[in-house]
Amino acid sequence: MAEYVIEINGVTLSFGGVPVLENIDLAVERDDFLAVLGPNGGGKSTLLKVILGLLRPDSGTVRVLGVPAGEAGGRIGYLPQHTHVSGSFPITVLDAVRMGTVSPGLGRIAGLGGGREEARRARRALERVDMLDHAPRALADLSGGQKQRVFIARAVVDDPDLLLLDEPTASVDSKSRNSLFRLLAELNRDMTVVMVSHDISSLASGVKSVACVNRTLHFHKAPELTGEMFRMGYGGEGELCCPVELVTHGDVPHRVLGRHREGDES
Amino acid sequence: MMEMLHFEFMRNALMAGLLASLICGIIGTLVVVNRIVFISGGIAHASYGGVGLAFFLGLPVLPVTTGFTLCAALIMALVTLRARERADTVIGVIWAAGMALGIILLDLSPGYNVDLMSYLFGSILAVPRSDLWIMAGLACLVTGLVLVFYRGFLAMSFDEEFARARGVPVDVLYCLLISMVALSVVMVIRVVGLILVIALLTIPPFIAERRTRSLGSMMVLSALLSGVFTVAGLAVSYMADITSGASIIAVASVGFFASLLLPRKAS
Repeated sequence: MAEYVIEINGVTLSFGGVPVLENIDLAVERDDFLAVLGPNGGGKSTLLKVILGLLRPDSGTVRVLGVPAGEAGGRIGYLPQHTHVSGSFPITVLDAVRMGTVSPGLGRIAGLGGGREEARRARRALERVDMLDHAPRALADLSGGQKQRVFIARAVVDDPDLLLLDEPTASVDSKSRNSLFRLLAELNRDMTVVMVSHDISSLASGVKSVACVNRTLHFHKAPELTGEMFRMGYGGEGELCCPVELVTHGDVPHRVLGRHREGDES
Repeated sequence: MMEMLHFEFMRNALMAGLLASLICGIIGTLVVVNRIVFISGGIAHASYGGVGLAFFLGLPVLPVTTGFTLCAALIMALVTLRARERADTVIGVIWAAGMALGIILLDLSPGYNVDLMSYLFGSILAVPRSDLWIMAGLACLVTGLVLVFYRGFLAMSFDEEFARARGVPVDVLYCLLISMVALSVVMVIRVVGLILVIALLTIPPFIAERRTRSLGSMMVLSALLSGVFTVAGLAVSYMADITSGASIIAVASVGFFASLLLPRKAS
C-alpha cells in the first residue's frame, strides 16, 4: 500500500455562494514533488489553505500526514505567498528563521526562545539556502529574493515531513529562480514537496507530478502537461480546466516545451 | 526645576507617568506591529460607556468600566477574527456607540457635572496614591504575561498566517492581547486621558520600530522614550503652567517629527 502524505476526498468549498473548489480528490505519495498549476483565482492557494487547515471545506475530508488537516502543524513547513511581514518589523534574519520552530499548543510558544540548539539549527537552515552570511542582518534590509530564501529556511528549519510552498517564484528574478528550483529538488530528497504556482516554467525543475486546479482538479503523475491538458487548455471543454493563458503564460507554447526538454537532458 | 519634586502630587504624577510609560511601551509595541491601532482607539473611546454606566448605576467606577471595556474589546476581537472584512466598520460603530452611551448616561445621572476635557486629557496631577498601586500591579501583570508568551506573540506579530499554519493558537493569543490592551487603556486613561493613551501607545513604538532589531528591544526602547516624553512634558507643563496631558503629547509629537528627520540606525 502506498503511503499518502495528503489525502483529499470530495472537497468542496465556496465563498459567499461562489464555488471555488468542487469535488476535489487528491492523493499525494510520500517523497513526491507535486506542482499545483492553474490560473490566478483558480483556487490553488485556497486548496493549499485547506491542506494547512486554515480554511475548512464545506464538505469532504482532508487528511495530512495521517491526521485531520490543521493538526499536523508541527510537521509542516510552509512558505506563504507574499508574506504579510511589514517592511519595518524589527527582527534579524537569524531570529526570523528561528520562528520556524514554533509549534502547536501553548507549551512551545511560552518563554523567550529555544536557546543554543535552536540557533544552531537556524544557522544550518540558512546555510542550506546560502544565506548564512546574512544571519545577523536586519530582515528589513534584504532584497525580495533574499527574503524569499530566508522564508524558505524558516519553512525547513524544523525538518518538516511536508513542505508547502505558495508561489515560491513570485518576486524572484529568473536567475535566482533556477537556483531556487535546484534547492527545492534537493530538499525533496528529505521531504515531500507541494508547490503552488501559476508559472508553467516551474515544470522545468525536479517536479515529479502535476495537478491542474481551476475549480476542479486534474492530476498527472508525470512532470509535464499531457496532451489531454493541452487540449483542455485550448479546447472548447476548457472552461473547467486550465485556460489558454495558463499554457501560454509569458511564452508561446512551443518555447515552453523546448525549455522543458532542456531541463530533462541536463 | 527640582523644586517641583517637593510637591507630593508632582511625585505621584511622575510615578504615574513612568508606570503608564512602561505599560504603554510593552502593549504599544504589540499594538503597532500587529497593526491594531484602530481597534485600540475603539476600545479607549468605548470605555467611556463604562464610565457613564458606573455613574448612572451609582457603582464604583473602576470595576464597572473595566468589565464594560473588556466586553466591548472582546466583541471587537471576535468580529475581527470571524468577519475580517467587516471588522473596521463594526469597530467604528462600537467606538461611537460606547462614547455616546457614556455621555447620555452621564447626562441622565443626577448631580454629576461631566468634564469631558479631564477625560480626554486626563488629570495626571490629581492621581491618588491608590491608583499608583493599581497601575503598578497592572504593569507587573502585563510584563509577566508578555514574558511568558513572548514567543507566541512574536510569531503571531511577525507572520500570523505562518503561525496559524504551524498550529500556534493565534486566536487565543489575539484575544489575550486585546484583553491586555483593554485593561491597560482603562487603567491608564484615568490618569493620562484618552488622547494621551493613544499617543503613548503609538508614537514611541513607531520611533523604536525603525531603530531596533527585536521585538523585546523595541518594547524596552518604547518604554524609555515614553518615560522621557512624560517627564519632559511634565517639566514643561510645570514651568510654562500649561495642561500637563497636552504638554506631554506636544513633547512626544516633537519627538516623532524629529525622529523622521534623523536617520535610521545603520544595520
